[in-house]
Amino acid sequence: MAKHINVALIGNPNTGKTSVFNRLTGLNQKVGNYPGITVEKKQGTCKFGRACKVHILDLPGTYSLNASSLDENVVIELLLNKNDKDFPDVAVVVADVENLKRNLLLFTQIKDLGIPAILAINMSDRMKRKAITLDIPLLEEKLQTKIALISSRKNLGFDYLKELIENYNQLSTKPCLNASRISPEYFDRLRKAFPNQDLYKLWLVITQDVNFGKLDRNELKGVASFQTESVSNLKRLQQKETVARYQFINETLKQTLHIDTANAKDLRSRLDRILTHKVWGYVIFFGILLLIFQAIFDWSAYPMDFIDSTFASLSEWTKNTLPAGDFTNLIAEGIIPGLGGIVIFIPQIAFLFLFISILEETGYMSRVVFLMDRVMRRFGLSGKSVVPLVAGTACAIPAIMATRNIENWKERLITILVTPFTTCSARLPVYLIIIALVIPDTRVLGIFSLQGLTLMFMYILGFGAAIFSAYLLDKILKIRSKSFFVVEMPNYKLPLPKNVIITVVEKTKAFVFGAGKIILAISIILWVMASYGPGNFNDAEEIITNEYASQNLSEEEIEMHIDSYKLEHSYIGRIGHAIEPAVRPLGYDWKIGIAIVSSFAAREVFVGTLATIYSVGSEEEETIKNRMAAEINPVLGGPLFNFASGVSLLLFYAFAMQCMSTLAIVKKETNSWKWPMWQLFVMSAIAYVVALAAYQFLK
Amino acid sequence: MVITIASLKKGQRGIIKEFSIDVVPLKLLEMGCLPGNEVSLVQMAPFNDPLYLNINGSHLAIRKETASKIEIELI
Ligand SMILES: Nc1nc2c(ncn2[C@@H]2O[C@H](COP(=O)(O)OP(=O)(O)O)[C@@H](O)[C@H]2O)c(=O)[nH]1
Repeated sequence: MAKHINVALIGNPNTGKTSVFNRLTGLNQKVGNYPGITVEKKQGTCKFGRACKVHILDLPGTYSLNASSLDENVVIELLLNKNDKDFPDVAVVVADVENLKRNLLLFTQIKDLGIPAILAINMSDRMKRKAITLDIPLLEEKLQTKIALISSRKNLGFDYLKELIENYNQLSTKPCLNASRISPEYFDRLRKAFPNQDLYKLWLVITQDVNFGKLDRNELKGVASFQTESVSNLKRLQQKETVARYQFINETLKQTLHIDTANAKDLRSRLDRILTHKVWGYVIFFGILLLIFQAIFDWSAYPMDFIDSTFASLSEWTKNTLPAGDFTNLIAEGIIPGLGGIVIFIPQIAFLFLFISILEETGYMSRVVFLMDRVMRRFGLSGKSVVPLVAGTACAIPAIMATRNIENWKERLITILVTPFTTCSARLPVYLIIIALVIPDTRVLGIFSLQGLTLMFMYILGFGAAIFSAYLLDKILKIRSKSFFVVEMPNYKLPLPKNVIITVVEKTKAFVFGAGKIILAISIILWVMASYGPGNFNDAEEIITNEYASQNLSEEEIEMHIDSYKLEHSYIGRIGHAIEPAVRPLGYDWKIGIAIVSSFAAREVFVGTLATIYSVGSEEEETIKNRMAAEINPVLGGPLFNFASGVSLLLFYAFAMQCMSTLAIVKKETNSWKWPMWQLFVMSAIAYVVALAAYQFLK
Repeated sequence: MVITIASLKKGQRGIIKEFSIDVVPLKLLEMGCLPGNEVSLVQMAPFNDPLYLNINGSHLAIRKETASKIEIELI
């Protein structure tokens, strides 16, 4: 029978844990969520020869076993729960050779839990440059463990690491220092109250309650209520514990680690002098943002056009090849365009994550947080929120996925909730056509085009709405989260291509298979509603042919009138009619109503839908524009698209959550329907009220 | 006047004095900010907040508010 080993990868952030995980598992990995919470769960498998299968769980990076965030809590919940199916047979603690002192703190804690632990000292390729020497045998003896000196960059030491994992049952489970000596008297009491339990485990359960909150999934329920010390005394004990651990580590490293500072070369301080500079730091950061923006806005247009036309021809081909009928229509007009609507996002997602993973890998992202913290903090956002907010100007989908990098859940949630306010590229066609229609083509001060200024105003409005609602949400949302701020500033490194590629592939897959299902389902529903209808709908051809029989129209024109008639009498058309009373105070008629309902699939569909209703064959902007300009308001007379209704429509699109794909991705990222529904209702309500006020005021 | 990490100037160094756990988050201790350790200021963001520090070889950024609670002795 094949041997099966559960391995947990544990380590401080930035020690190269992900790289080690990628080395061990390659693309054999699965990214999901821990049940009920939004912490990413990464697991993978790896075969050691034929006889041994290893399941590897990559735990969130943590500095110690005292949790202060949901991510760190996951680590403790697992390590304290022997009954968990993922409970490790052996823990591989990844450490960075340049930060051994800090990294060992966590290692000593894990040793104290009695879990067999291997110390994997990573980044060994940097030892020469930094003039570091290690006495491994002595260190192994002091720490009561086995050490693998590895480099995930150079792929060194992994065979030995695998060998250690395979023979994990030969590892010592003795603790390397005795935590109870920080207060013998307290630990005595603890021992008497729970005679059969591991003391350090008990201590962790109790302090965990003080630090973060009760553990949910734990065999030692009830221990946390063992309160014989005040909270501040317990905290003092924790401080003592940390000091004691550092003392032990300092003594150990004094004998085993040697750094020849005279020989060490330092790239960090030179780069930091520019990259975190008060002026240059910002100039460079905005340059990078501009580049990211350019990539998702401009460069991805080429693959997107290609995807668009490929799916269009595929749909055409299907229609011509399969026997005509409802089933063919469903495939050609419902499913294929629906799939196209998912694939179309891939270039933008891939580009954004290419940049983000490079920024993370190089260590630059921490500098961004450092530079932006002061500004973003005021709005309840993180320094890292800048990237999603700017990316949102191209498309909210990749932007919301990018919030994964924000560790603090409250800041992350706020960023997710406000990002859809920023003006994404799908709003652009809607804005352009309406602006061209209702804003006079004149110049302000002789140079600035008024239409251009209006467009710019729309962008500012979107960004302002995002920032302002972030500020409100920060006040409203009651979410406990880390209130203080510590960011590690890692060394600058060249990114590992393998890590970058895996990130891009994983993110793309996550979108296609996670949010994609929802997008496909909704687009099929919308298609059915637009392509079928009750009553007259089915007689469309006959009715139109009779109606226009005397007018000698070409076949094509008849066809367009039929399409228009069908849309009006389809289910969506009925909805458009039904909501007319609700949208009339905003200055719209039922046709715009239909366009609004169907553009829920994606905002840019607005223009196409109007083209169908007005029976203009092409989606050429000029043609539709002229047709729209000729449209008469059925109640008031005069042009339907005048200044008042135009502004009202612009504002409606600025605020409304008109994008099912965004809702799908928010559902995926927040792991519940609560937040996307909340977004949908609140944003639609704001859009309605603002558009109503604008129309009533301007008309 | 009390000298804290927040009063450091760029390039200056100090030794962290004893402090009470009630004002300094445990996380910071775990990252190496312990009494007796050496701290120096690497860089300040605009408006002098946050501060980019080197504490005993660990490079961290913390907010001025936290920094002003940690007393030091200049060296
Ligand atoms: N020089 C060197 N750099 C490495 C090594 N392993 C990882 N890195 C780099 O260290 C940084 C952090 O790695 P990552 O795996 O993301 O760390 P994590 O935060 O612990 O998951 C990245 O820039 C990696 O490219 C290594 O063995 N040697």
